[in-house]
Amino acid sequence: MSTTEPNLSISNPHPEDTDVIQKIALVVACFGVLILLAAWANIALDASVFMPIAIISMIGGTTVYGARSYLKQPEGIKNNGVWHFSLTSRGAFAWAVGILLTGFYVLLYWFPGYVGFVQNGENQGLVALFDPLSMAIKGRPASQWFMYGTLYTIAILALGMKFIFKYRHSRYQLIRTISVMIAQLVFAYTIPEILAALNYNDVTTSAGEYVGYYDTDIKNVWPLDYDFFYSYHLDAMQEKAYQPFGMIYLVVGIGLFLIGTPILTYFIGKRWYCSWVCGCGGLAETAGDPFRHLSSKKLSAWKLERWLIHSVMVFVFVMTAVTLYGYFTGASSVFGLDIYSKFQKPYGFFIGAIFSGIIGVGFYPMLGNRVWCRFGCPMAGYMGIIQRFKSKFRITTNGGQCISCGNCSTYCEQGIDVRAYAQKGQNIVRASCVGCGVCSAVCPRGVLKLENGPEEKRYDLPPIIIGNESVKISE
Amino acid sequence: MHNIVIIGNGISGITTARHIRKLSDHKITVISAETDHFFSRTALMYIYMGHMKYEHTKPYEDWFWKKNRIDLKRAFVEKVDTDGKTLHFSGGETMTYDKLVIATGSKPNKFGWPGQDLEGVQGLYSYQDLESMEANTKNISRAVIVGGGLIGIEMAEMLRSRNIPVTFLVREESFWDNVLPSGESQMINRHIKEHHIDLRLATELKEILSDENGRVKAVITGAGETIQCEFVGLTVGVSPNIEFLKGSKIETKRGVLVDPYLKTNIDNVYALGDCAEFLEPNGERKSIEQVWYTGRMMGEALARTLCDKPTKYEPGHWFNSAKFLDIEYQTYGWVWAKAKENEGDFYWEHKNGKICLRLRWDKSTGKLLGVNNLGFRLRHHAFDKWFKEGRTVDYALEHLKDANFDPELYKTYEAEIIAQFNRENGKNIQLKKKSWKRILDFVS
Ligand SMILES: Cc1cc2nc3c(=O)[nH]c(=O)nc-3n(C[C@H](O)[C@H](O)[C@H](O)COP(=O)(O)OP(=O)(O)OC[C@H]3O[C@@H](n4cnc5c(N)ncnc54)[C@H](O)[C@@H]3O)c2cc1C
Ligand code: SF4
Ligand code: SF4
Repeated sequence: MSTTEPNLSISNPHPEDTDVIQKIALVVACFGVLILLAAWANIALDASVFMPIAIISMIGGTTVYGARSYLKQPEGIKNNGVWHFSLTSRGAFAWAVGILLTGFYVLLYWFPGYVGFVQNGENQGLVALFDPLSMAIKGRPASQWFMYGTLYTIAILALGMKFIFKYRHSRYQLIRTISVMIAQLVFAYTIPEILAALNYNDVTTSAGEYVGYYDTDIKNVWPLDYDFFYSYHLDAMQEKAYQPFGMIYLVVGIGLFLIGTPILTYFIGKRWYCSWVCGCGGLAETAGDPFRHLSSKKLSAWKLERWLIHSVMVFVFVMTAVTLYGYFTGASSVFGLDIYSKFQKPYGFFIGAIFSGIIGVGFYPMLGNRVWCRFGCPMAGYMGIIQRFKSKFRITTNGGQCISCGNCSTYCEQGIDVRAYAQKGQNIVRASCVGCGVCSAVCPRGVLKLENGPEEKRYDLPPIIIGNESVKISE
Repeated sequence: MHNIVIIGNGISGITTARHIRKLSDHKITVISAETDHFFSRTALMYIYMGHMKYEHTKPYEDWFWKKNRIDLKRAFVEKVDTDGKTLHFSGGETMTYDKLVIATGSKPNKFGWPGQDLEGVQGLYSYQDLESMEANTKNISRAVIVGGGLIGIEMAEMLRSRNIPVTFLVREESFWDNVLPSGESQMINRHIKEHHIDLRLATELKEILSDENGRVKAVITGAGETIQCEFVGLTVGVSPNIEFLKGSKIETKRGVLVDPYLKTNIDNVYALGDCAEFLEPNGERKSIEQVWYTGRMMGEALARTLCDKPTKYEPGHWFNSAKFLDIEYQTYGWVWAKAKENEGDFYWEHKNGKICLRLRWDKSTGKLLGVNNLGFRLRHHAFDKWFKEGRTVDYALEHLKDANFDPELYKTYEAEIIAQFNRENGKNIQLKKKSWKRILDFVS
């Protein structure tokens, strides 16, 4: 149906209500972004002054804007106009943002020079803006990854605040969002930077010898963290200078994959990771929230999903197996295939960069916020198998109360046709459900409840929906 | 193999078709004048509000019908000839049938107000109504809604989602107070005002005024007040959509008259859903049931009858739900606006004024009769089972944690509720811990 004129607002459902405070907050947030763009354009700015201003205005402006927009409305579901706004309905604005994000990732991965990164020299542009922060934390200039990590964390914090105001009536959403924000800020950002600052990682000795790098984001578990078992990574973790932290990360990393993940997934479903802890999930749930309804609900998309995600999972298993074979035997190839160029490099390029980065985030405004989590992530694939076949987690359906309205399916970021189950009175037990809880929140009839219970009767299909005695079950 | 033709592709007609297909190989044709495919009427409001697009309201993908050999036909049935077993479409086409199912739903009521057919005055029932509402509410400065029922409040919410000022005329003293007891009804009054809707209780519509182009320009209320507006929503209930049966041999009163098997007076002609009127109402139920769930349940029963397993429509314990702006409402069993003589009554309201629970029970036996819960969720299975087992209100309260269906990590209110109940009724009910064993037993 043709509806109202496209509207460029991001979060405020009633744009004409925008009051002075909101407008000021919006200007402040935009000013922060403007500083980034100015720095990128190599306009001479004193980074030690403007970088904090940029960070504070982006987080502060967004928080005040979100608070003001949502707190003046009664608490409840705030999806008015989602399919009318240009940004959230694949309009021109959405394309513009998508292209911008995609372009940013391309530069970041393959042309870091264009964002200002200079190897062995003075940074410029955007990366240079983050030099003072990097110097303050670990006494060396920023890299493009430091810049990216900082912006990523800012995005989760600022838009996480917005999400909290939007869903303030739901304690599940509130606590879950605080959890992803803390996970990102503490485990993915602060602790790794402190470890680097204390010379437990990424050290170059005074003699100019590079000691090595390993990933110190503890929650970035293999196989999502696909280079965990790469030789350089295993070596770095065992490096004397990095102990005890290197070994802790090695043991915890393997333990989380082998023991922690199956146990937690058995008891509460894969949501413990995907929508409470994970960094990719964290961005999807906060910055990606305005795009969650764009996932395809078609049966054909589900078929594609099962093929793709399990192929990527097999790919990472094989790639890691040959990597470990190479590590322990010293061989550089298996069956005549070079381990680096035939396994690691293609995985890093196609899956690590293109799939999880460019398509995963760059295409938020086109394909929804969980494309990577749904179609690609091998960690999600692994936990999905556990969740589907051996877990206590399910979404319980409330008897006969479903009116088939479709809100649940529309807002499922994983593209699960929740309604198809709810209208039959069947529980939802699906490998891909990340337990975000939004289907339950948007349901206007109180039909859905995420819960952990006995495995018994978990996926029974009731012969008839309750409330109807015409058909006797004994027949 | 029979040639079964169903008029109406709403929940009633479609449920019948799907279940016939599950049970048999009969030829099935579903006719509708409204849309090509089945969509959820209950979701119309969300299209207007921009939560969903039309395509999201279709519960089945378009390939579903062909795959399940359910033929769809977009046409309007003008006349039914039961002697010749033939349908006559507008445009002259005809179609024959062996068995006919009438599932034509409702149409909005109009009570003969002056000006009710002006441009900009409409009800909300069909997809076409939604389209005209879209057109009629462009750039308007005020809308008036007449009739304080479920569709009225939905329409008010729709308009408010676009920042259109709304005046809501409700004839009753308090919102929906012919169904809701006073506590619940007043809670909704407050909530309506919180959404900046100009709620006028005990106010009737007298007349709708026209401008020079035949468009609405104002309404006059029973008290003589004139309210300027460019849109009027008439939401004063619906009635069976059966005009096209005039002149046929099928017996009708307000709806198509049916027996418990949903059969009309004519052999091989059946009716169900919003358009059917029971010769003998089921227990406390109305003779015309105009809700989603009953249409679905009638369809489940009728499909069996049509597949040679004669099955009466026997609904179980009543349940229903709605959402008033941000406040969800569920009900199980019977809660009348006023408790009957023999009924005990308990009402708890949270101090935030947006969450409440009401219980009714039989004073002589203590048996639970009904529950209303607003602002929090309760498990359908729990109450259905408790009613069937004849459990007492004390038992229900003791096990209230088993029935809680709010999302995880939400605050719970059972202790507060029971404390108040004990205080008011001189009881000493102790709250039991949630038991998964009992919860699983609900579903046996
Ligand atoms: C806005 C709105 C919100 C609602 N919300 C709820 C709710 O939350 N919960 C609830 O329980 N109920 C709700 N209802 C009521 C519920 O939608 C109806 O009870 C239900 O849809 C009736 O289904 P049905 O299949 O009997 O008829 P319908 O859905 O009306 O289907 C009948 C179909 O037959 C077609 N038709 C009629 N005559 C002819 C003809 N002569 N030729 C060809 N086609 C014809 C019509 O065009 C229509 O498509 C709501 C209704 C509305 C309008
Ligand atoms: S099914 Fe519900 S909880 Fe699971 S991913 Fe979809 S919206 Fe989130
Ligand atoms: S949102 Fe709720 S009522 Fe609507 S289709 Fe989903 S489960 Fe059913």
